[in-house]
Amino acid sequence: MSRTASIITSITATPDEEARPAVDVVGLRKEFLRREPKSRWPHRKKPVPALKNLTFQIDQGECVAILGQNGSGKSTLVRLLSTLLLHDGGSARVFGHDVFGEPAAVRRLVNRVSVEASFFKKMSSAENLSYAARFYGLTAGQTRSRIPEILEKVGFPPDRRNESMESLSRGMQQKVALARALLTSPVLLLLDEPTTGLDPRSKLEVQTFIREVRGAHDVTILLCTHDLDEAEVLADRVGILDRGELLVLEPADDLKRRYGASTLEEAFFAATGRTFEQEEADAKEGLS
Amino acid sequence: MRGPAVTLRSELIGLAGVVERNAYLVKRYAWWEVAFFLWTVANTLTIVFIAKGVEAAGGELDVNRQTTVLLIGGVIWAYLGIIFEILTETVAWERWEGTIEYTFMAPLSRPVHLIGMGLFAVVYGVARAGLLFGVIAFFFDLEMPNADFISALVVLGVASISFIGIGMMTAVLPLISPEKGSQLGFIAQGMLLVVSGVYYSVEVLPAPMQWLSTISPATYALEGIRDAILHGAGVTDLWDELWPLVIIGAVSIPLGFAVFRRGERYAKQHGKLKRSG
Repeated sequence: MSRTASIITSITATPDEEARPAVDVVGLRKEFLRREPKSRWPHRKKPVPALKNLTFQIDQGECVAILGQNGSGKSTLVRLLSTLLLHDGGSARVFGHDVFGEPAAVRRLVNRVSVEASFFKKMSSAENLSYAARFYGLTAGQTRSRIPEILEKVGFPPDRRNESMESLSRGMQQKVALARALLTSPVLLLLDEPTTGLDPRSKLEVQTFIREVRGAHDVTILLCTHDLDEAEVLADRVGILDRGELLVLEPADDLKRRYGASTLEEAFFAATGRTFEQEEADAKEGLS
Repeated sequence: MRGPAVTLRSELIGLAGVVERNAYLVKRYAWWEVAFFLWTVANTLTIVFIAKGVEAAGGELDVNRQTTVLLIGGVIWAYLGIIFEILTETVAWERWEGTIEYTFMAPLSRPVHLIGMGLFAVVYGVARAGLLFGVIAFFFDLEMPNADFISALVVLGVASISFIGIGMMTAVLPLISPEKGSQLGFIAQGMLLVVSGVYYSVEVLPAPMQWLSTISPATYALEGIRDAILHGAGVTDLWDELWPLVIIGAVSIPLGFAVFRRGERYAKQHGKLKRSG
């Protein structure tokens, strides 16, 4: 058993839960109300779809990457599966549990790492991990040894674990965020642009650790990213989310073949039928 | 399916985590806490000096008694401020730091989360109120020969149940309005105390405000604590103040949960449960 497996000890899914798909999304819809910019009535809002009839499954132990530009709906999907949003239609199940009907059961199985590390900045990494682990039912006795171990495993210097988070670099903070997610032994890990803004070395370290976790532990991963290389390197299947619609979800090689592309980047733009310039223009206008 | 014993154990560990986190924050912001305490001392002094001022202006009053009455009002004002502030931070501070999504997706039930915040607020608030009372009493060399501080603490403890319930209702406001919601906690604090006889008898209030004072837990808290400190009333003597507090507490806690749940649902529906407003 590898060192990673020895740190992440307890799988919390029951045999019944493990028999189901890790994620089962059918016709999922989400809309947000936005102000109409040119309306005579400043408080008038109109519904803007963020996700349109999303349907896909993720098998247990699989890593699926969802590619999409800013505003494509990636974070909305992660926040729906994290029980932080209510849907407007369709369904989503995590290991057989209805995300919107049984949020308590889902929360026990899920953790996430997002683009912002998000910690109490005056508190140390050890303090942040300690209280967060309590929310998942881990006692002080359990975390006393596991926190130093898991921090060391993600490449965090042990002698800095009592320093406040604000004194750490962004890369270091993101490693602590990974440690926080893994400390609670999730069976579904939601990664929302976990390496965005990291320097190349930190990015590689985080990606290596994600691969190690997958290799040593039967964790299912949903990786939302706009980093095409990251998706290709880490994921079994790659999906393309464009303005709330899942255009395709298949292995990266199949995806390239489907669009006659030599790279995932070419396949992405062939799938969306849009150029970089159009994506940027839409992002500026808030349309995407 | 998890057994109730496992779930209960997990929830209690989570509750300890809420208290632990707040203790870390107090430790890390210790000097700010000292500064804020000094501000509270100064604020309370400005109120308590009024008794001396009236005497100096030729008014006739029992300065020692009136100073104690004002001091109790000032301490309860500060105590309530801390309770509401800590509970409102359930959302506001977490949003500021960006941890709100991680906390709200954790498998800790919302009632236990809120009770943990309330428990810490009461423990911290009582310690701070005791220190404030001691500092100001020492400053004025107040004599309280009959004071029954244990009874006063019992009244404050029972009243705190209602304060936590009302605090839960104000805690949801930053979820609904990230920009202005926190400030509404101060409005609730002021509204509650103005009808409760914080520095005066409720009998001087207009009739509608007097009616409101009967449903305010602060009214009974102030009366009970004043009776215990000024007249040495024991717990059994304070039954007239304690039973309304028990009833208001029994209503306000479930109401607080219900209001927070509704606010959380609204935030989830409209995408407001996130770090950046």
